[in-house]
Amino acid sequence: MSDAVAVILSKKSSFEREPDRRSADFHEELFALEAAGELIVQRVSDDYVNVPTKYGIPKKIQRGHLWHHKSCGQCGHIPGYSTSIFWIMRKLGYDYNDPRDQTSCTAWNYYASATSNQAAQAAVALRNFAAAYETGYFPLIHCGTSYGHYKEVRNELLHQPELRAQVRKVLGKLGKEMVIPEEIVHYSEWLYAMRDEIAANSILDLSKVAVTVHPACHYYKLVEGDAIYDPDVWHGQRTAAVSGLVQALGAELKTYSTFFDCCGFGFRHILVQRDFTRSFATLRKIEVMREEANPDVVLTHDTGCVTALDKSQFATRAHDRNVGVPVMSEAQFAALSMGAHPFKVCQLHWHSTDFRPLLEKMGIDHEKAWAEFQEDLKRLESGEQQYLTWADTGV
Amino acid sequence: MANVTAHPYLKLADPAGFAEVPFDEKKRLIDKVVADPRFPHYLYGCYECGICVAACPSARFYDFSPRRIAQAAARLDIELMFQQMEEDIWECSQCFSCLRCPRGNNPGGVITVMREVAVKEGLHSAKSALEGYSRIIYKIMSTGTQVSPDMLQPDAFPDWGPEVKDVSENLALWRRALPPETHHTTTTGWEVADSTILELYVIWLETGALEMIREVDAGIHMILEEIMEERLEEEGIEL
Repeated sequence: MSDAVAVILSKKSSFEREPDRRSADFHEELFALEAAGELIVQRVSDDYVNVPTKYGIPKKIQRGHLWHHKSCGQCGHIPGYSTSIFWIMRKLGYDYNDPRDQTSCTAWNYYASATSNQAAQAAVALRNFAAAYETGYFPLIHCGTSYGHYKEVRNELLHQPELRAQVRKVLGKLGKEMVIPEEIVHYSEWLYAMRDEIAANSILDLSKVAVTVHPACHYYKLVEGDAIYDPDVWHGQRTAAVSGLVQALGAELKTYSTFFDCCGFGFRHILVQRDFTRSFATLRKIEVMREEANPDVVLTHDTGCVTALDKSQFATRAHDRNVGVPVMSEAQFAALSMGAHPFKVCQLHWHSTDFRPLLEKMGIDHEKAWAEFQEDLKRLESGEQQYLTWADTGV
Repeated sequence: MANVTAHPYLKLADPAGFAEVPFDEKKRLIDKVVADPRFPHYLYGCYECGICVAACPSARFYDFSPRRIAQAAARLDIELMFQQMEEDIWECSQCFSCLRCPRGNNPGGVITVMREVAVKEGLHSAKSALEGYSRIIYKIMSTGTQVSPDMLQPDAFPDWGPEVKDVSENLALWRRALPPETHHTTTTGWEVADSTILELYVIWLETGALEMIREVDAGIHMILEEIMEERLEEEGIEL
């Protein structure tokens, strides 16, 4: 490495943006409102990991006893995503709550169709937060959009007394208290915080597996100050979520020039104008990765990104484009590395782009695994067993 | 608020079109955008650097520019903002890559507010953009989860590959093959408690969110209103 490069990298070892861009620490206002009796702050328990965020404000990530705020897109169309998050938690021995008293954040609809409003969105968020608080478990948000949107809602509530009054009135009709958690935590932050523990439980050699990462816009662009940045990951210049875990697992983390680009999901577009999504996802992301990094898999950490990047490749292939990179969440990848079953846990048969070459490279016998899954399905079909259970997955 | 399209630096007196819509009507709509409490937090003046355009996915594939959105809003250009409400705003991806703005502008946020006004007022662009979207509005408002497994139908997503057909044909069985106890559903992403859905109905009705769709989709509004009021009445919940 030349001296000049070393100097540049040393300057980038801790990320400092110009002071007027630095986000204020919201905690002060949050606790002031609590002291004024306006709301309750659900505290992180004593069992937490401190992680670094973009502007240096430490963020507490609670290890266990978590309330899983599920994602409608993950549970609905990528069920191995949420299943893998639960499986890792069970495997590591952390207790959790998978609530029925939870709605979607409804933000996919808010960003897609605008058939909602500020007060409704805030009330939905706080109804869910109150539901978590009532159980004593701390919320963990599965979806990147829910995470980003809830941070937007938090900012609005902290700065708009009229909105607080409006939401308080609605919550009053529901018999709920006004609760905001001390931290709004995305599951990928939990995986980042637990990466060493996860890596210690990995049973696969991933050193030959090339990985590209697509960071979710709603994770690190929307209310950017909360996102994890680590000097040891991309020199602190890119969010460390996902990438930090990939490094810990020993896989080959590769870069590409359109790292910061969106996936093209578009919220409305993925449902009713997919020519745009498909064009962007393949021409600006998958093809660029393929040409510059030739990854075995692209890992991401949001519902929409997995959907847009995975589902867009089938039709694009018909145009002889340079696509064909399997897509999954880093939760599924980490679960596989810890020995999770590719179909019982990671549910890869719900994915579109061929994942089998990746499994082969990871040393996973997918034919044997599929045969095992078929046996399970036979038992379910015959009525011998009603549902696949966690016991069937070894946790 | 002045009509700044009359400013001499603009080449045309009526660059934005929609001459058939009275200026006062355009101004009434833009006033609603500007009055939104989020609006002042989304706009701090644009110095036309174009970073937002460089970061914007929609700008690459549409005749769309977040910079024009920020500029028009900063100048309170009634004519141009109205045109954008009718022609541009639904092209935005709402990814918020434009938050990279060195001035701290949020063109995507301005668009969120413009879209809400377009929906509430039943503008043509909103009706057109939301064609084919009714079932999704119905799903999210009635069940509390937007994306459900049974939406994966090959005729709806033929471009997503043969796996969609596999999922659709095996849906009930494959859902039973999911270890989380909440995931065995086919019409919602997970099992949502009935009491939770009732609470959501109260939110939609109390905040005016349901009322927002009356102009843009009268049919789905009527159905949802009937479902919500009936269920709340059954449970003895009064608003």
